[in-house]
Amino acid sequence: MNHGTTAPIDDRFQRMIAGFSSKSFVEGLLLPAIGVLLFLLAWQFAANRIDTSLGQFPGPVQVWQQAQNLVAEHRRERDKATAFYQRQEERNAKQLAADPQAGVKWRDYTGKPTFIDQVRTSLLTVAAGFVIANLLAIPLGIVCGLSAGVYRAMNPIIQVFKPVSPLAWLPLVTMVVSATYTAEDPLLQKSFLNSAITVALCCLWPTLINTTVGVTGIDRDLVNVSRVMALPWRTHIRRIVIPAAVPMIFTGLRLSLATGWMVLIAAEMLAQNPGLGKFVWDEFQNGSSDSLGRIMVAVLGIGCIGFALDQLMLTLQRRVSWDKQAILR
Amino acid sequence: MAGKYLDITGVGIEFDTGGAKFRALQNVNLVLEQGEFVSLIGHSGCGKSTVLNIVAGLLHATEGGVALEGREVTEPGPDRAVVFQNHSLMPWLTVYENVALAVDQVFRRRKSRAERRAWIEHNLALVNMEHAMHKLPAEISGGMKQRVGIARCLAMQPKVLLMDEPFGALDALTRAQLQDSLMQIQAELGNTVIMITHDVDEAVLLSDRIVMMSNGPAATIGEILSVGLARPRDRLELAEDPEFVHLRQQVLAFLYAKHAPSGQARSATPRRLTVPQGNTRPMRTQHTLPDPRATAPCG
Repeated sequence: MNHGTTAPIDDRFQRMIAGFSSKSFVEGLLLPAIGVLLFLLAWQFAANRIDTSLGQFPGPVQVWQQAQNLVAEHRRERDKATAFYQRQEERNAKQLAADPQAGVKWRDYTGKPTFIDQVRTSLLTVAAGFVIANLLAIPLGIVCGLSAGVYRAMNPIIQVFKPVSPLAWLPLVTMVVSATYTAEDPLLQKSFLNSAITVALCCLWPTLINTTVGVTGIDRDLVNVSRVMALPWRTHIRRIVIPAAVPMIFTGLRLSLATGWMVLIAAEMLAQNPGLGKFVWDEFQNGSSDSLGRIMVAVLGIGCIGFALDQLMLTLQRRVSWDKQAILR
Repeated sequence: MAGKYLDITGVGIEFDTGGAKFRALQNVNLVLEQGEFVSLIGHSGCGKSTVLNIVAGLLHATEGGVALEGREVTEPGPDRAVVFQNHSLMPWLTVYENVALAVDQVFRRRKSRAERRAWIEHNLALVNMEHAMHKLPAEISGGMKQRVGIARCLAMQPKVLLMDEPFGALDALTRAQLQDSLMQIQAELGNTVIMITHDVDEAVLLSDRIVMMSNGPAATIGEILSVGLARPRDRLELAEDPEFVHLRQQVLAFLYAKHAPSGQARSATPRRLTVPQGNTRPMRTQHTLPDPRATAPCG
């Protein structure tokens, strides 16, 4: 029989009620759900009252339809690409069978990049920029934190370049990349490099500054312990400095990724580099009755991806950080 | 090697406090024999920690110097291990790893991996902490952390063990326990120890000699008191021992009659500034001595 769960039915009902009214349920699910629902209502209400030259402003329902359209388009485009490669393979195989010396040509499929392709491009670009920036920023931050002299020397440069909008860099980056990156058969596209470097230029500062602060703030006693043990500088940095600064380094990394993602969209829009920014701009220029809905899908997509990236960093921080008591949010 | 094992000669130090010079120590002379246990006692801000930091090599004396086994001390090193007041364990390393960090550094070439492992475990057993080897410092109590801090220092096999108010931040019961452990370990290993303390009972109980320091600025050694009590010492028996009571009174007399806290006797001295030191940190509040400047940096 059902041993263990012999509670009478009304007791189970009580427990169910208790579950629904428990604090974690209310705070974790119910309140956010209410918030989202109110937002959707307000959105629909406002959208009904906004008429643009491209038709009515899209409400949640239209946007949901457009999201499905975009996914469907992506599927269709994939199918076309698969079909293209299949045909090409058959054609070439036939030619080779007839004449093994025949110079067969392999071409890439050149279809229009879909929304999902653009998302992928944007993610790759932001990852590249983020990695480039932090490979520089973390070591530099550690050096600045350890040496007051280096910090004094670097500080004016940091303070001047930190507030510069990366978009101001964009023309310069574009010109420099096209002047210096002149490989015959480039591994990376120039537009990809432009966006990545622009992102890197703004990802640099939060990590650099937070790492410096983290390293400077190491407990004097711990540094003295290290001196008493006569740890060589490499071991000192690896075993004392980096672990002590990890919480601040991660604060910097999270800020850095968030700014990077914001800047990327703007850079793609301005420079017509492939990615989500270009998608938004193309839809804007396209001006069909669906455009606003599709842009709204992109807006929500950008937001969700930004949120997901931050959660990813947060999970990573929880995994890496030694201070399990720290409240991270 | 009897005689001059550790030799502190004419040590003085001056700190630069934003233009104004502050003289913390003046002409400090002290010679330790091997295996001797010496306590430094004095009012807050009298430069006890500064003396210790100079011996450790964490601070450099303005004049005079320190020699250990005839060799001058110029920089910090594991032969002069320091037990800091607030344990100073790396919070991201387990108890075992904290000791291992020191052992791997000091015995990298002299001991094999297995020998080092056994040595770490041996030292943790010495302070009765082998049961918590794989815990993080945040998961153990303050007294346990201090035990690990002591194990870490013992594991370096220092020529001189320097202790900066090692039990100052602990409650009275834990403190008594750790004092007993320390006495036992010192009897077993014969370490040479310099310990800073605020606790008169602790000084008399543990030391062979008690070095009493005058008040700063320009503090120096006022008197040195030899403690001839037979070892092993038992705190319960000593409490009524006339010799113990007499020694205790002598220390108190020095601290309160001859060198009253500077707030009362030295009201005319210039206002003290916060002195930048190697390991300046706010004092813990567990004094045995009433201190009018409890928030001043521990000197």
